[in-house]
This record gives sequence, structure tokens and C-alpha cells, in this order.
Amino acid sequence: MSEKIIEFRKVNKYYGKFHALKDINFNVNKGEKIVICGPSGSGKSTLIRCINGLEQHQDGDIIVQGNVVEKTLKNIEVVRKEIGMVFQQFNLFPHLTILDNCALAPTWVKKIPKKKAEEIAMEHLKMVKISEQANKFPGQLSGGQQQRAAIARALCMSPQIMLFDEPTSALDAEMIKEVLEIMIDLAKAGMTMVVVSHEMGFAKTVADRVIFMDDGKIVEIKKTKEFFENPENERTKLFLSQILK
Amino acid sequence: MQIENIKNWLKINLFSSWYYSLISIIIIYYFLLIFPKFLDWAVFNATFIGNEKSDCKSSGACWVFIKVWFNKLIYGFYPEKDLWRINLSFFILIFTISLSFFIKDKFKIYILFFLILIFPIIAFVLIKGGFGLEYIETREWGGLSLTFILTFFGIIFAFPLGILLALGRRSELFFIRYFSLLFIEFWRGIPLITVIFAAAIMFPIFLPQGLNVDKLLRVAVGIAIFESAYIAEVVRGGLQSLPKGQYEAAKSLGMGYWKMNFLVILPQAIKAVIPGITNTFIALFKDTPLIILVGLLELLGMVNLAKSNSYWLGLAVEGYLFVGIIFWFFSFILSRYSQNLEKKFSSERY
Ligand SMILES: Nc1ncnc2c1ncn2[C@@H]1O[C@H](COP(=O)(O)OP(=O)(O)OP(=O)(O)O)[C@@H](O)[C@H]1O
Ligand SMILES: [Mg+2]
Repeated sequence: MSEKIIEFRKVNKYYGKFHALKDINFNVNKGEKIVICGPSGSGKSTLIRCINGLEQHQDGDIIVQGNVVEKTLKNIEVVRKEIGMVFQQFNLFPHLTILDNCALAPTWVKKIPKKKAEEIAMEHLKMVKISEQANKFPGQLSGGQQQRAAIARALCMSPQIMLFDEPTSALDAEMIKEVLEIMIDLAKAGMTMVVVSHEMGFAKTVADRVIFMDDGKIVEIKKTKEFFENPENERTKLFLSQILK
Repeated sequence: MQIENIKNWLKINLFSSWYYSLISIIIIYYFLLIFPKFLDWAVFNATFIGNEKSDCKSSGACWVFIKVWFNKLIYGFYPEKDLWRINLSFFILIFTISLSFFIKDKFKIYILFFLILIFPIIAFVLIKGGFGLEYIETREWGGLSLTFILTFFGIIFAFPLGILLALGRRSELFFIRYFSLLFIEFWRGIPLITVIFAAAIMFPIFLPQGLNVDKLLRVAVGIAIFESAYIAEVVRGGLQSLPKGQYEAAKSLGMGYWKMNFLVILPQAIKAVIPGITNTFIALFKDTPLIILVGLLELLGMVNLAKSNSYWLGLAVEGYLFVGIIFWFFSFILSRYSQNLEKKFSSERY
């Protein structure tokens, strides 16, 4: 069997009294691509954000690359260094140029010399096809360009795992395509990816498995082909019929 | 063409409707009534030449007063032969600040570093003495130079402290959060005069016997702590204006608390509140005269002293006008500088 890179064991998460994740169990293998879908408020963001400790879980174990994510987040920086994250709202740093956005964490977190960090940044900006924007500020770029810059920024830390939380939901159709292309390239390069997305076309081309969530629970988790052809649960069927319309 | 433009301007700005016209006319009338009188007093009938009050025979202002007392107004009772030490300090300060206008952005951090960490030491040794320079007691310091010293000290002390307090107030650690909260609310809740009195008079009572902290230093620290509470609240406003996503992006890149704050959060938060910070510093600058209450004489204090000198009685107006102009001038420069910064940052971003 292939190597487990992320493990969830009976994970529970509460926001105050609200039970947001209920007994979550699943594994992600190295190099695997997982797409998570489900209705709004079902806990997709919460789940993905527990992986790198942007949310704390209260119960159960999360293990990333053999490191237990402590419930107190004591060791979280070790875990985070290996995980890149891309957000719906891009979250680029508006006071820095695109190049500096990318070089900042490598220089200060990984202590790579600035020159070298900028070279690495430039390489990744080329990969996401916006190297000519390197010296602009985020506010001067289109949404699609900003999201690609954000992907480059995460990749500059050479992560083992990439998390995407609805990376294309804030974009127009035209820009969605350019971002998805980059993500497909990344998948082909063998990156382990966990993607929250409603882009079912993307899921079909890229995902190894698809997770369907509802009401804080994993309702269904299946190989992509089976997921789309043979959904078992009624809620999954309903959801798919709505979204594939 | 020119006249056409002027006409248009007047119409738009002063006479756009009958009530605006009325207000404009009233204001212009009073201006014409008062301004010539003021000019007569301040310039045409004023006396500029001479060395004594008796040289001022006209009905106008007696600027001789300012001229004779000039050195005292600027340097206080600092020994005449050592004035170069103060001058040199200020020259270094002004030189470094001007330099920052001409060099590349990435070197500016070194200038800041110099101004915050190295310059204060140089200036302290120069002005106070040591390393072969004769010691000059702080009670001999005074005048405008003391105003500057207090303001500068206040800024470089209050700014970092204020930032830490602002961070502390939003900390997740219970003790740090409540300590910061209490600290800020305590200092914001008492008047500056009380702080100055307490620092000068009450504080020494609590010191162990034999330990003696310079009065000026006590007062300066008191003022700086007082202002830091205001800076903290201003900076907190900036911190609150940042979206949560900025924190999350920084965290997801593996940054810990300090890196996240110093590389990502504070640069944005501080830029967002430059006007508020400038305001606080201008207030600090203009509050320094209060130290007169504990016998320390900065610019205004020196004027007070000079005008009650038996040879120079009755020249308060000239003195206060001089002080007013100086305070206005430097406050104005500070405010322009901050507008400059704001513009620069906003053009940088969009
Ligand atoms: N910080 C929070 N405090 C309290 N409740 C929260 C918080 N964040 C999320 N929730 C609640 O947890 C539930 C799951 O939220 P989550 O953001 O994970 O949903 P989602 O599946 O990502 O939805 P969407 O598709 O709208 O992004 C929701 O009911 C939400 O209201
Ligand atoms: Mg979400």
C-alpha cells in the first residue's frame, strides 16, 4: 500500500456548542488528489483548515507526515512548513510586490538567502505564467493572476501537500480556466492535493477520490469514476443532480 | 485669459450663491481690517535693531527681545562654549532625515535603524557628556532644543512600546491581554499634567535610598509612556482594519507570531494609520511645554522666564507669537511629511 501522508482519526470539531465536524475518518496517500464537495455550511473549509491548524480540533487525531497536529497547536509551524494553502480570496500581501510576496516566507521562514529566494520565486512565477507581473503589486493584477500568484507563493516553500479552499469561487469563467490549468499541471507533477471545489469537470480530470460532505460528516468517499457513476447516498445523488445540471 | 481664470475661480469658490458671497464679504472685510494693523505692528512699526528694551521706542513689536534672548530660547542655560554639541546633534539628525529622501527604499531600513538605535546614543553622549566631553547637567538644558529632545525621545520610545501594547491587547494570552488593556486604559485615563507631577515629585519618594534618577529622564519617560497608550490605540485601529485572511496566509506559510506580525501585519496596519500616528506625535510635541510645571524650561518656559526678567517686562506678545510660529512651523512640517508618506504608500499599492 502507498504511504499515508494525511490521516484523520475520529476527528471532532466544535465552534462553541456548534458541532462542525463529526467523527471524520479518512486518509490521503502521498501523491493523491482529493476533491471535497458538499453544500454550503457542510464543513468543507473547516475540515481542510484543520489539516494545517488554521482551525483547532477538539477530539481525535490528525497526523500529517507522521507529525501529530497537537490540539494546542504547539508544534503547528513544523506541520505548516510542509503544507501550502490557497484561499478563495487569494490573500496576497498587498504591501509587497508579487515577487516579494513569493520570496518573503522562503527568506524568513526557511532562511534561504534573499537572492536565491527571488530566483526560486521567479521560477514559480514562470510556471504559473505571470513572471512579467513580478514587480507589480497585487492590487494591479486581475483576480486570475492574483490567484496564480498565490499558488506560486505557496509553492515557493516547496510543500509536500497543497490545500485549496474554493480557489476559483471568486473568479469569472475566463479566469477560472487559467487557474484550473495551473492546478492540473501541478497535479500532473505529482503533488499531493486536497481541493475544496465545485468544479466537477476538474474533479473528473484530476481527482483520484472525491469526498462528499454534509452536515459536518463525510457522507460518501469514493474513487472518482465510481463517485460520479454510482453514488450511493441519496444526498450525494441530489447534490450531484443539482450541480451537474 | 488669466483674468478670466481668476474670475471663474472667485465665482466657484467665493461667490457661488448669495449667502456664500455674504460670508466671503464679511470674512474679507475683517481680514482687511485686521491684517494691515497686524503688519504695521509686526513689521512696519517694529524695532529690529538694538540690544536693550530701551531701543524699542516705536509702537510696534520689539523683536530686539527675541534677538537678545535668542540663544537662551533655543538652548536654555546650556554653556555657551558647548553649544556646538547640541548643534552637531541636530545637524546629524537633520542630515540623516534628509538623506532618507534621496536614497533607495531598501536602504531606508538602515537609516531607521540608525535613528532609533545609534543616533540616540551619539546625541546623548554629545549633549550630556562623557568620552572626554565635559558633563552638562540636565537642569542646564532648555529652550527649543529641549522641546526637540523630549519629542524625539518620546517618539522613539512611545512608538515601539505602543506597537507592543497594541499587539498585547489582541494577544490570545490572558495575562498579556489584560495587562495591556489595563496599562493602556490607566494611562489614557489620567491627564498628562498628573503624569509629569508624579514623575517629577512623587516617583523619587518610592525609589530606594541613594538611588537617584535624573528628573528630566523621569519626566521624559513619563511623557513617553503616556503617549505610548495613545499610539497603542491608534495602531490597534490599524490592526482591526486588516482582513483575517492576511493572518491566515502568513500562518499557512509557516510564519510564527513575530514573523507574521512584523513582516505582514504591522507594515500594513501602520501604513493604514499614519495620520493618527502623526496626530499623536504632533500632540506630544505641543504638550512638552507642560514640563514648566516641574521647573523644566523648554521653549515656552524660556519665553516665560524672559518676559518676567525685570529689564524686559511687558514683551509677552512678541514672545508668545514667536513660540506660536515655531510650534506651528514644526507641526506643519510633521503633518506634511506624513501626507507625503500616505501618498507614497497609496500610489505604491494601486
Ligand atoms: N469561526 C466560526 N465560528 C462559528 N461557526 C463557524 C465558524 N466558521 C464556520 N462556522 C460554521 O461551521 C459550519 C461549517 O462551515 P464551513 O465554512 O466549514 O462550511 P463550508 O462547507 O466551507 O461552506 P461554504 O461552501 O459556504 O464555504 C457552518 O455552519 C458555519 O456557520
Ligand atoms: Mg468554505
